[in-house]
Amino acid sequence: MSQSDAHVVILGAGHAGGTAAALLRQYGHTGLITMVGEEPIPPYQRPPLSKAWLKGEADADSLALKPLEFYGEQNIDFRPNLKAVKLARSDKTVTLSDGSIVSYDVLIIATGMRPIRLPIEGADLEGVLTLRSAADAEVIKAALGPGKRLAIIGGGYIGLEVAASARALGAEAVIIEREPRILARSACEALSNFFHGYHLSRGVEFVLGAGVEAFVGEGGKVTGVRLADGRVIECDVVLLGVGAVPNDEIAREAGLECARGIVVDLEARTADPSVFAIGDVTHRPLPHYGRMFGPESVPSALEQAKQAASAITGRAAPTPEVPWNWSDQYDLKLQIAGLPFDADKILLRGDPASGKFAVFHLKGDQVQSVEAINSPPEFMMGKQLIANRKSVDPAKLADPSVSMKEVAV
Amino acid sequence: MAKITYIEHDGTEHVVDVKNGLTVMEGAVKNNIPGIDADCGGACACATCHVYVDEAWREKTGSTSAMEDSMLDFAENVEPNSRLSCQIKVTDALDGLIVRMPESQH
Repeated sequence: MSQSDAHVVILGAGHAGGTAAALLRQYGHTGLITMVGEEPIPPYQRPPLSKAWLKGEADADSLALKPLEFYGEQNIDFRPNLKAVKLARSDKTVTLSDGSIVSYDVLIIATGMRPIRLPIEGADLEGVLTLRSAADAEVIKAALGPGKRLAIIGGGYIGLEVAASARALGAEAVIIEREPRILARSACEALSNFFHGYHLSRGVEFVLGAGVEAFVGEGGKVTGVRLADGRVIECDVVLLGVGAVPNDEIAREAGLECARGIVVDLEARTADPSVFAIGDVTHRPLPHYGRMFGPESVPSALEQAKQAASAITGRAAPTPEVPWNWSDQYDLKLQIAGLPFDADKILLRGDPASGKFAVFHLKGDQVQSVEAINSPPEFMMGKQLIANRKSVDPAKLADPSVSMKEVAV
Repeated sequence: MAKITYIEHDGTEHVVDVKNGLTVMEGAVKNNIPGIDADCGGACACATCHVYVDEAWREKTGSTSAMEDSMLDFAENVEPNSRLSCQIKVTDALDGLIVRMPESQH
């Protein structure tokens, strides 16, 4: 089914929303496209915000997905500084924050996530920051430099990437983590230990197994983090990296099924045939694993933008992709393929001490996921093994002298 | 500034001007040219901006890094003139460059 003249309204102008708008035109959609974004600027890439951008190696122009003129040329009505406050599915309208009402034929919800702000004393002090938008990154960049001390709450990928960038800018960085190890929820112990050691050797401090009780300050500005055991970690600025929650409220209130995010199918469609949802705000099927999940990644957002744009323009659905993600810290490139669901074995290939190795998560003799450090062959081949459900020989996989092309049985 | 011709797998040609300093990948993405997905935005992490460089231009586009080589080694439909377009920086010397896209980037 194609409705080439349908009015498509996209809520959210992030990586997912911006890509969907561009793909709709690429796929020949001729109807009006309205894209509503909360920020003042058109869609841009967020991954570099904690990395190249923070270090001054990228500018606003290079972050932009498309030049501003693109939206005018492509007849995409980009409406900045606005967000949707109400969805009325029965009359197919959305109420925006300025009180205006927009009618749609097809709606794409791409409202993403927002960082969790800890509900503790001092959370509203100046200098207690989160990182999601370019504006956030601007504030963090201004707060970093030689002589500055950054406290990062949460040892996840955002925290580690910002710590690496802070060190590159000459600032001190201390990571405060509630769990006994960093990356506790997202990586295996070998990888946690590796990153811990790598950051330590570059001057990052760690306080592990520590609960944060309050932020303390002077004159309304943060000066330290008070831990549950009474210790105060002094700092000039705090970055909260303790996770994010989906901006799915309007969908919930409109009666659309939500789990941790809006529930969609492999066309990125909700149970309402006129409403799609894409990107971090969704809870989506992962066919390679036979389950639902919210991958929170750029590749997932791009894949869903493709799914929605294909469904709306009547193209065949794209082949499901293996979820993947990446992180850059110092001279390390981490590439992750798949997710370690139901894995019963962890296998190390290569030597972490060399800064080049991969961790495979196996279920029986099948690869469920791979975390590859400076090891593109392991990532690329691992991704194919997951996609094809090929069995591997664990002995060969654990032996770096055997080529990745020869590990399948 | 360089005039670059991007040719889709089905033969559709797109000729655009790309500013110096951008990559061949960015030139395609900023002009909404189909066939270059560039999932990672230029971090050399995904191999979804694979192109075939026209024979006449292979020397001028330079050589591959070890990282790019090993990504390409495992990408689909790789040919001797395969490159990751995010690793080719545009300069005046590339004015007239022709690249072709594979059937799919995944």
